[in-house]
Amino acid sequence: MQQNKTEFAIELKGITKTFGSVVANHNIDLSVKQGEILALLGENGSGKTTLMNMLSGIYRPDSGSIYVNGKEVFINSPEDAKKLGIGMIHQHFKLVDVLSAADNIYIGSKKEGFFLSGKRFDKITELCEKTGLEIDPHKPVYSMSVSEKQTVEIIKVLYYGANILILDEPTAVLTPQETQKLFSIMRNMKEAGCAIIIITHKLNEVLEISDRVTILRKGESVATVKTAETTAKELTELMVGHSVELSIDRPEPDRGEVLLTVTHLSIANDDNVDVIKDISFELYEGEILGVAGVAGSGQKELCEAITGLQKIRQGSILYKKENIEGKSPRDIIKLGIAMSFIPEDRLGMGLAASMNITDNMLLKSYRDSSTPFVDRKSAAEVAERIVKDLEIATPGINIPVRRLSGGNVQKVLLGREIESAPKVLITAYAVRGLDINSSYTIYDNINIQKKKGVGVLFIGEDLDVMLELCDRIMVLCHGEITGIVDAKNVTKEQLGLLMTAAVKEGEAHE
Amino acid sequence: MNKPLKLGGENRFHVVKRAELPFKQTALLYILAIVLALVAGGIFILCIGHNPFSFYATLISGCFRSKLAFVALIKIIMPLLLTTLGVAVAFKMKFWNIGAEGQFIMGAICATYFALYWGDMPHFLLVIVMMLAGFVGGGIWGLIPAYFKCRFDTNETLLTLMLNYIALYIVQYLRDGPWRDPAAGGFLKIAKHPESAWLDKLFGIDITWVICIILVVIMFIYLSYTKQGYEIAVVGDSHNTARYAGMNVKGIILRTMFISAAVCGLAGMLQVTGDATSHTLTMGIASGVGFTAIIVAWLAKLNPFGILLVSTFFGILDKGSGVAESTFGLSSSVADVLQGIILFFILGLDFFIRYKIVISKSEHEETKEAAK
Amino acid sequence: MNTIINFLFAAIKAGTPLLLGTTGEIITEKSGSLNLGVEGLMYMGAFAGFYAGYKTNSVIIAVIASMLMAMFGALIFAFLTVTLQANQNVTGLTLTIFGSGLSIFFGQQMINNEGGKPSMSVDFMAKLAEEPLPLLGDIPVVGKILFSHNPLVYLAVVIAILAWIYIRFTRAGLNMRAVGENAAAADASGINVNRVKYMNILLGGGVCGIGGAYIAIINSYGGWDNGCINGQGWISVALVIFASWSPAKAILGSLVFGAFSAFQIRANEFASAFPALSFLAEIPSAIYVMLPFLLTAIILIFTSIRGKREGAQPANCGINYYREER
Repeated sequence: MQQNKTEFAIELKGITKTFGSVVANHNIDLSVKQGEILALLGENGSGKTTLMNMLSGIYRPDSGSIYVNGKEVFINSPEDAKKLGIGMIHQHFKLVDVLSAADNIYIGSKKEGFFLSGKRFDKITELCEKTGLEIDPHKPVYSMSVSEKQTVEIIKVLYYGANILILDEPTAVLTPQETQKLFSIMRNMKEAGCAIIIITHKLNEVLEISDRVTILRKGESVATVKTAETTAKELTELMVGHSVELSIDRPEPDRGEVLLTVTHLSIANDDNVDVIKDISFELYEGEILGVAGVAGSGQKELCEAITGLQKIRQGSILYKKENIEGKSPRDIIKLGIAMSFIPEDRLGMGLAASMNITDNMLLKSYRDSSTPFVDRKSAAEVAERIVKDLEIATPGINIPVRRLSGGNVQKVLLGREIESAPKVLITAYAVRGLDINSSYTIYDNINIQKKKGVGVLFIGEDLDVMLELCDRIMVLCHGEITGIVDAKNVTKEQLGLLMTAAVKEGEAHE
Repeated sequence: MNKPLKLGGENRFHVVKRAELPFKQTALLYILAIVLALVAGGIFILCIGHNPFSFYATLISGCFRSKLAFVALIKIIMPLLLTTLGVAVAFKMKFWNIGAEGQFIMGAICATYFALYWGDMPHFLLVIVMMLAGFVGGGIWGLIPAYFKCRFDTNETLLTLMLNYIALYIVQYLRDGPWRDPAAGGFLKIAKHPESAWLDKLFGIDITWVICIILVVIMFIYLSYTKQGYEIAVVGDSHNTARYAGMNVKGIILRTMFISAAVCGLAGMLQVTGDATSHTLTMGIASGVGFTAIIVAWLAKLNPFGILLVSTFFGILDKGSGVAESTFGLSSSVADVLQGIILFFILGLDFFIRYKIVISKSEHEETKEAAK
Repeated sequence: MNTIINFLFAAIKAGTPLLLGTTGEIITEKSGSLNLGVEGLMYMGAFAGFYAGYKTNSVIIAVIASMLMAMFGALIFAFLTVTLQANQNVTGLTLTIFGSGLSIFFGQQMINNEGGKPSMSVDFMAKLAEEPLPLLGDIPVVGKILFSHNPLVYLAVVIAILAWIYIRFTRAGLNMRAVGENAAAADASGINVNRVKYMNILLGGGVCGIGGAYIAIINSYGGWDNGCINGQGWISVALVIFASWSPAKAILGSLVFGAFSAFQIRANEFASAFPALSFLAEIPSAIYVMLPFLLTAIILIFTSIRGKREGAQPANCGINYYREER
């Protein structure tokens, strides 16, 4: 494929894709040159992944055409994409758990002969040495960490000599060090002449790694700019569509009594390894306590322990001096601890995807009626109200939530939790995947709760947001608290250092 | 790579998931499916040298030509209907209980114990006790896979399948040994239930049919309007969500499987002590009804009234083709073949309710069209 | 001694159709399809194999006919579940009803046409005689147990070994395992998921069909019996679990299951040969019939308790794959 080099590795012209009545991509043009890194920027739900899935053969465009190396092609399947030298690393890895790293790489190979050769493991090791990547080719995927899995995906793409590479939010699960390593691999590949598309919504990464940026907004391509000639501010404006007030409102906290007292808490995971190690903190009425940390530092387990979903190994959690250890999730809900926990898979926990909005309102309150029957009438009223208050875009309250877009799903979830008038509100990644406007709606609602005297535990990932929204920030690293700091007197860099445990609290302030 | 790339060109046909289809169109598609299925079945009948029209006419008239035929039809429908209601509860929770056959048999076994050994109880009391025994016996047989599912995530499809056969051979064991009827001479059989254990009749049919109607209504209300029905639906949707909502997921699974299996057990009890089996427990007591129930439940989309409809349809097919078989001098199992063909069609047509095929146009065609 | 030799010999003979059914179902399940229609497929293979053999007097044609007929049944399953995304459990059960009905219907027609139950010619059965193999058959004891069978027994073992090699050691096998474990990942790797599923469902179905033919011809001593399969398809489904989805283990497993069925008939013989084991004859035959299912249930529970990822049901088995699922 090297011999007939054209200027563009990929050109998309007038691509449109709809899912039912939702237009995911509308008339999009996009091009990537050989040896170029293009960042595809846009908020979640702007259609980035859908667009790239048409290049990788997962979806097919409703209309429009695709040119690869100057020739018009029809990519009917991932098989076709592979033949064209297009490799995609999906956000949710596409690996077979029970197979080893090497076998995962060899799946679907066309040129390796009839039998599986024992040499396949050596070949992978060789390739690793050449590229500076590290993986044990015999290790089964189910026992791998997230970054190891990503490495397998990258080796797999490299092994087949893909020269057009698509990475979908590759840094979301990585530590800063791992991200840097990934970027250097990407630069090497660019040097070798590969065309690379990286999907992201992190501006700093766009500015750091890309040559050009194409910005999508609501399924349409808004602009393509050279990275060297743009600024973060301009990109944000393009992404959002209008200039955004960057400051988030932070009312002065009116701290009341202690709501939650966590002392010497340790939580073990299924393998009996402590994922939360001996942590202690308090949550007060009328404050927002942020929890920062690299993904997988124990945030999930902490949330689940407070809501009774996870066993505590040691220590205690007191709610207004009442020990909640050993209480069932149901009893804890009765105490007024509400969790709008939004895991990676939004619909996996918190909502029943196949049920409509009304039935989802009933999820925690269905027991309240005194008869053996559920009270759908009042649930429908609540649903109507939430749809109106939070501006949820839906054809009606009888639509299964599965059919709503990500942002609206999240609003349904948060709306219900606020509706239950909680004393403690736990939100995990509350704005993940939301557009800026929706995010602000959520921040406002959280602040309203704070003013009412609710204690909010805000598990976040965007440090900028946390610095502006939270009153105090607690930093978790490998299950330990590396610091609880006043959000007004700390910088992003200091937080970053605490997150990687490069320093302890005292030093960060100096 | 020197070879030119070979791609298949554009594949124009493309399958897309539909948004929900309006009720009218859905109904129309189902009717179309049934018509096509009957045509295909007709072709089969034609192939074996008979007139499909008169075959189908015989099939229908065979069910309704006399009171006797109609009663026979109802007898076929009743166990199927009850068992399907039971299966549907578990399926609503996405618990793939394909062990209805075994639960049915266990219900029959437990009921038979009381009929054989406590037959001198007053009739009314005995029947109640037997019903309870069938209900609990079937239920416990269903609790086994539910327990292992909850505790160790044991695959319920495979385990319930195995339990079917274990139950079946328990009947054989009882027949050959402990419960062998000495009065039958050398013949291996279990004794007939004493008359005090027989079900009462209403309009010439076992009161089972009254229970059927009541259970259809109860099941509809239970699944759609009660808190427990709501819990079943949430657990069926996502275990995590259910846990998060403070539901005791394992408890719900155990409870629901007990109810599901208990209804199947009750069906077995009513069958064994009813008219259809001459009040005797045999190896053929269930004869596949538990498996057919799975198909019926799926076709009826787990709706109790739909189940009533579909099991009636199956009953007519079964009873009617039996009559047609003897009228036309065919060997048995034409009913099975016909049933298979019809089901294949409905299974296949269901695809067009959930998906649609889109024929995509390439760009120049569009411009050509625009130019016109 | 002779009792034991005869017993093991009978166990292998009885286990062979189970081995075929199981190997076929393993191939199907490993590629991600739970086909509960094995019983129906074996019925279809039984009739086709018997009828073809009866008409042509050729064992090879009989075997091929049984394969083709069962593959036709498997094709219905594949078309409905792979192309039309129908529920696998329901389709499989329907296939069992359809396949057994079809076979029994044609079988009865054959009986009617022939004016009585047809039997294979002496010539045909001679081709399937239980002759000792040259050299190997002369080994004392082992020769009698392992190498004095009818040719179909060796065919079954060869098929199982080939299936084992295919699944474990070939690239095509790796691809089909990937499809069975995680179809989305396989698809993203450029595997044509539907093609792999179709091919393996057909292949597996064909192997099940040979098992049916074996039962129709060998187990009923060359005479046609309408109800010949009699649940052996379901035992094969159980054996898949017992063998933890490995055709190599299925060879051993089929021996164990074959032994139970051989025991039903020979328990008395055993008891008289070994007075110490006389209690075996006391065990009701229902227990022997039940044992395969009981053991499988216990093994199923134990593997889930152990919770190991290897040797368990393929993760995507029974689940249809639709690429654009969101």
